[in-house]
Amino acid sequence: MPSEQALASLSNSLVYAALGIYVLAMLSYAAAAAVAPVRMQRRATAVALATVIAGAPSSGPASLDEPTSSQRAGFGWRTGTSLTVLATALHALGVLMRGLASGRAPWGNMYEFALVGALVASIAYLVLLRIQRRSAEDLRVALSLGVWVVGLVALTLGLAITVLYVPAGPLIPVLNSYWLVIHVAAAITCAGVFTVGAVCHLLYLLQVRSGRRAESGTGRGRRTTLPSAETLERIAYKVHVFAFPLWTFAVIAGAIWAENAWGRYWGWDPKETWAFITWVMYAAYLHAAATPSWRGARGAVLGLLGYAALLFNFIGVNMWISGLHSYAGV
Amino acid sequence: MAEGSRDQAARHGPHPGSLGRWVWSRLTSMRTAIVLLISLGVASIPGSLLPQRGVSSDPGAVVRFSRENPDLAPWLDRLGLFGVYSAPWFAAIYLLLLISMTGCVVPRLVRLWRAFGDDPAPPPRHLERADRYADWEPEALQAGAMVAHAQAALRRRGYRVRVDRPVPSPAATTELGSVTTVVRGEKGFLREAGNLLFHASLLVMLLGVALGSLMGYEGRVAVAEGDDFTNVISQYDDFTPSPLTDLAGLRPFSFTLNDFDAQFETVAARRGEPRSFRADLEYRSSPQAPVRTASVEPNKPLAMGSTKVFLTGHGYAPKVTVRDGGGQVAFSGPVIFMPRDSTYASDGVIKVPDATPEQLGFEGFFLPTVEMGPSGPFSLFPDDLDPRLVLTAWSGDLGLDTGIAQSVFTLEKAGMNQLRSGDQPFAFSLKPGQTAALPGRKGTITFDGVARFANLQIARDPGKEVALLAAILLLTGLTLSLTIARRRAWVVVTAPTTTARGRVQVAASAVTRRGLPREEFDQISEELRAPAEPNGRSRHSPTRSVAHQSTRHGK
Repeated sequence: MPSEQALASLSNSLVYAALGIYVLAMLSYAAAAAVAPVRMQRRATAVALATVIAGAPSSGPASLDEPTSSQRAGFGWRTGTSLTVLATALHALGVLMRGLASGRAPWGNMYEFALVGALVASIAYLVLLRIQRRSAEDLRVALSLGVWVVGLVALTLGLAITVLYVPAGPLIPVLNSYWLVIHVAAAITCAGVFTVGAVCHLLYLLQVRSGRRAESGTGRGRRTTLPSAETLERIAYKVHVFAFPLWTFAVIAGAIWAENAWGRYWGWDPKETWAFITWVMYAAYLHAAATPSWRGARGAVLGLLGYAALLFNFIGVNMWISGLHSYAGV
Repeated sequence: MAEGSRDQAARHGPHPGSLGRWVWSRLTSMRTAIVLLISLGVASIPGSLLPQRGVSSDPGAVVRFSRENPDLAPWLDRLGLFGVYSAPWFAAIYLLLLISMTGCVVPRLVRLWRAFGDDPAPPPRHLERADRYADWEPEALQAGAMVAHAQAALRRRGYRVRVDRPVPSPAATTELGSVTTVVRGEKGFLREAGNLLFHASLLVMLLGVALGSLMGYEGRVAVAEGDDFTNVISQYDDFTPSPLTDLAGLRPFSFTLNDFDAQFETVAARRGEPRSFRADLEYRSSPQAPVRTASVEPNKPLAMGSTKVFLTGHGYAPKVTVRDGGGQVAFSGPVIFMPRDSTYASDGVIKVPDATPEQLGFEGFFLPTVEMGPSGPFSLFPDDLDPRLVLTAWSGDLGLDTGIAQSVFTLEKAGMNQLRSGDQPFAFSLKPGQTAALPGRKGTITFDGVARFANLQIARDPGKEVALLAAILLLTGLTLSLTIARRRAWVVVTAPTTTARGRVQVAASAVTRRGLPREEFDQISEELRAPAEPNGRSRHSPTRSVAHQSTRHGK
């Protein structure tokens, strides 16, 4: 059995390696997006991709119709995805080693929250690719999220290593509860999945904006690699429909833990308040998505507000506001 | 989540009169609900940024903020910003939201109830424009068998099914004289039921919260090692009752804090981090009950019925003995000092009203592990490895008889004189066991040793089971309403005539935004085509299958 220090430093090496590979994946995705001159060829590109990447049934050698650029782009998407898979695997191993080194669930301080949250975002993206692989168009849309999601994951890991890092160790007593495993795991999973949803909403808004500009003729008719807005909105909705009940569960689990630790299940502690704000904003988004006059851009803005509240809860509340949750170990 | 039908539902509000009706339909519309939700979120923000009365982990925060911002604070107070979550405007938002929600949900409950009795919806006029559509013209179609087959296929998948009476086919699409039978199915009522359950559970949640905040209580007390506590209001340091709390009927338990154990990390990088806290109690859950022992730790409260005792903090209580000028013991025992930071450097005062001829007071700090720094002594480590008690002394009138309540952590100095040695204030530092003699023969003080105290929170919330039930219902309803797709399916069988083949059309549409399950439609249409295949009589001649799902979602 290797020593705890050895495991901890192995975890750190794995995280560094994952970070490097994420950056390569991001560059690869960015190059693919730059090379593929998009709209006219997207179907062929996507079909080629679907075949190559996710093992989707191909409807023939469609890629031959669109020779070089789509092939080059396909290479970029493929490389990006392979690298992302590799980085995610290393990242997951890093998290596992961290857990073994400290002898507990590896989400007990901010460094570990960031580490695991980023891992979940990356996994959520790969799962999304897998789900969307049946339709070439949908897969293309999902892949267009790649450069953003992987970029954010890399950024988070970078910040985690440089700013938030603390050595592996045991928990402070107030966190020492099995509710830590349940409540925090659910919350972090949501954070990762909501990140993918927020990227969808952001791209959707950009897409709608560039669409409007093209219509009004004021823009330069910028050709963009952004996929059709409608597909983005649909994926965003799917992602949020998955994450919202989970977030609800995370908040409820937190309330049960609070009752067990402090004698009240809800006390408007800043962390609780911001979890509530996040919940309410995402609830508003889901209602907007079911209301014709609010669907679309307004809904997307609500979704992004929910994500902003989530981020503030993780970053702002931990760092600037004191409260009962101020033990998170910045 | 109400799938847009809410605005229609709103029109069936109960109010007569056009203005009332207009207001009601506005209030219960989905757009109003969204605006109210956003308002609720925004209104919650100031409470997390400004100190709050009664909800903060730091009870003195509002007072301190008011002292630091004397101009701003009264205005914030008038707006209720130091008590956002009990402010009338905050209540107005969530009550409006709940009314809006109820006004929307109740009519829908009625419609759902009726819909259970109704037949599934008839097929749309243009069947081929449904979300999914397929048709084929099998050879030798036996219409009756196909209808029965379709009925079975839908039933098996949990559809409610109704078979229409055969009618003459519309002349435009088929031969005169042919007969068409429609099989209609509908599924996914649990979605709407879940949606309603979700919204109803919010009302139950409010009930649970209301029960707790009307009848529960919460109190805090700091108990030093060796001290007792009995559950009556006068024993609490801080007690927050609710309007209907039965103050005389608090559960009559009592306990003694026998021992408090604290462990801190001693190695390397995380030196000083807390590792474990444990308060060992000896308690009686009622005066007649036998004495039992219990350990209270973070996350491990002691429960007595619905009253629970939680460990929320700890600190040091130096044990001192004070003798007055006449040599009489005027005070002896532990005195609670408030921790100032994570090294447990603690501030406190010792009041000795029984000293004669003049009352004595001491003010100073306690350091669990002392270290000398350039600007004076400081605490190096939270455990009591090398403790010091550093004090200054005062004599005179402590002002305890004025009738004005005093904090046990501050010395009222108006009637006191600071003792001096020469021209310097008399200050001294004691190790355990050491005694200091006060100037002017006013007495002595001995630092007997170190005890710890535990901050205990005692709470009872009779509404929490209701709230938990509401939370479970809420999660169940939410999950149902977001994962189940309410959908309709139709199978239209046109019987063959002497001149034309028969025809089977299958179509399905999602009623709600959640799209059709991916595989179901394909399975149904495959199944309906299947029985002809084994004997090879059927060529799937002209077959079309259309999927509109990628372009039409969200009804």
